[in-house]
Amino acid sequence: MIEVKRPKEGFLSVFAYRMAPKEELFTRGHRACQGCAAALGLRLAMKAAGRNTIVVNATGCMEIVSSPYPYTSWAVPWIHVAFENAAAVASGIESAIKVLKRKGRLDPSKKINVLVFAGDGGTADIGLQALSGMMARGHNVTYVCYDNEAYMNTGVQGSSATPYGAHTTTTPAGKVKFGQGYWKKNLPEIAVAHGIPYVATACPSYPLDLIRKVKRSFELEGPAYIHMFAVCPTGWGIPPAYAIKAGRLAAETGVFPLYEVEHGRYRLTLDFEKGLKPVEEYLKFQRRFRHLTPEMIKLIQERVSAEYTRLKIMEETTNRPDYRSIAGI
Amino acid sequence: MAKRRGIEVSIAIAEAAALAEVDVVSAYPITPQTHIVEHLAELVANGELNAEFITVESEHTAMSAALGASLAGARAFTSTSSQGLALMNEIVYIASSMRAPVVMALANRSLSAPISIWNDHSDVMNERDTGWISIFANNGQEAYDLTFMAFKIGEHPDVLLPVMINFDGFILTHVVEPIYMFDKEEVEGFLPPYHHPYALDPERPVTHGPVGLPDIYTEAKKQQEEAIRNSRKVIDAVWKEFDERFGRRYNAVETYKADDAEVVLVTQGSVTEAAQVVVDEMRKQGRKWGVVEIRLWRPFPFEDLKKALCNGSIKCAVVLDRAISFGGPLGIVMSEVRAALYNLSDRPMVVGVTAGLGGRDIRFDEYVRMFELGEECLKEEKEPDRVIIVGLRE
Repeated sequence: MIEVKRPKEGFLSVFAYRMAPKEELFTRGHRACQGCAAALGLRLAMKAAGRNTIVVNATGCMEIVSSPYPYTSWAVPWIHVAFENAAAVASGIESAIKVLKRKGRLDPSKKINVLVFAGDGGTADIGLQALSGMMARGHNVTYVCYDNEAYMNTGVQGSSATPYGAHTTTTPAGKVKFGQGYWKKNLPEIAVAHGIPYVATACPSYPLDLIRKVKRSFELEGPAYIHMFAVCPTGWGIPPAYAIKAGRLAAETGVFPLYEVEHGRYRLTLDFEKGLKPVEEYLKFQRRFRHLTPEMIKLIQERVSAEYTRLKIMEETTNRPDYRSIAGI
Repeated sequence: MAKRRGIEVSIAIAEAAALAEVDVVSAYPITPQTHIVEHLAELVANGELNAEFITVESEHTAMSAALGASLAGARAFTSTSSQGLALMNEIVYIASSMRAPVVMALANRSLSAPISIWNDHSDVMNERDTGWISIFANNGQEAYDLTFMAFKIGEHPDVLLPVMINFDGFILTHVVEPIYMFDKEEVEGFLPPYHHPYALDPERPVTHGPVGLPDIYTEAKKQQEEAIRNSRKVIDAVWKEFDERFGRRYNAVETYKADDAEVVLVTQGSVTEAAQVVVDEMRKQGRKWGVVEIRLWRPFPFEDLKKALCNGSIKCAVVLDRAISFGGPLGIVMSEVRAALYNLSDRPMVVGVTAGLGGRDIRFDEYVRMFELGEECLKEEKEPDRVIIVGLRE
């Protein structure tokens, strides 16, 4: 049995408001819905990234709510170009920084972080190619996908990150079809397959974990992909006050495991020694899942359990000394 | 002093970008512009050009990365053609709207289907309304000069707009021409260092690309329209300075033997010089023909064109379009020329022809036919609504 050291910050999260950096760089006054976990996630990620950061935002909820001209919620340089090309724009910016430093037009000793925020539609669907190109080329960019599991900005249409069985306006639960008909695309694993230095999942319900992961992504040279779970009370049909709880339940049931992969080495940053809660606890209070049959819930449970087991095996395997020595990690 | 040497035009264009010391090149391989970016990649690989060369995974990303680099304070260059430009289209429009002075070398080419890698102007005409400064080159020397000057024009603080330089794919890109190539010392001071007043800089945070609600969108577009219209002053000034320093003169509208011509062919790109040869030959037979070239496509040179075509001698302007606007009058350039002259009482007749689509050669007798079509229309006193396709096989 391989012993994996896990961060202890989980139970400290209740003190996050005291432990997180005070400076707000994604500031108040934006127009996100009540209980928007994506907005909270951005706020935390910005605390981790700090002032010397250029943010590239894909078209989507967070871009719309934060930049209605002449207002802006951004206290850092921020750019939005289009829906599918945030990773491409970030590639250009990162290259610019690199060459300007080399030519002495920027102070070479000054670290400037390039941070992308894009939704699941802008990542899993229309922006996947640009993201893949950015990761393959090895740009020093942290890409945060805030995954609210559908096109929320345009009125809750299904994306390839929409979970199996979920009702959306383009995957409605009807008489012969029962919501999203296929399994959620596994974006973190697609990122891992690019062999980039850092991949992680995160959730604003675990603020210190999220902050640590964003910070870690900037410590490592090269591309980083952080898949951030973003509970959307409006789109999912839950009370805004339940946003944090829903995020916790997603982790506790294994629906959204929190883990990181550093240079190919897996680590569950949150594990539950007493085992996972049944997925039903997570599904039952969301309107988008209320039509699910016991058979569908069973299928989801099997899938979630299998994926969690796979992650545990990956963790075990990639932490073995023999694997670590051949992988050089 | 500049040395004149035989060089492939694509390589010369790459050398022009290198002369401008571009910081970031992001480009995707597409025939016929490929040699341009291959040469730049080579210069970077050999340490002769201190730049970042981004081997992007699509044309869409090529423009996105160039835009990002440009607004991050780097001089950005890309090159494309045809389908690549069509794929880029979304970001082409955004680049001008976000005032990113990217320079793009555009090897003009037809659009699919049927797929064709050969030359016409379908690609650039598709981008007519994207808000870019758009300039045509007739030969390799012009492509080289104009590419170099494009940076000075686009990056001028009164302009801050992207510039595309058009030159005919294959007909220009793949020929070896004698070209006066500058050395660095010679152009010293001509091109100031790139500086974007609103670059992405953590010291001075700016928000680029915000949401424009209905209360602001119209005003934003009006500003953009004014910006490209005002760019004309800078374009003229840069061309003048270039002429004074290097002795080659560029004009928004170029004329050739138009002063005493009765019929002129209105052209863009490499057909201009071919038409000039035809004019020279036919003048020996007493035909009073000339050529008028619209070099500056955007901002459209209304006044220059009026002056060139309403010179008291020209009775008919035959406009040669190298693209088709389906279901319309067919000719895009023809429509614009006609619209520009619409209010003038002493305007010449405007007749539209199209030829040379998808790389089809335009033969000597076909140029003659175009001029003669103009003469026939004059005789019949009938200005056709639609463009006549010359060289069409029955």
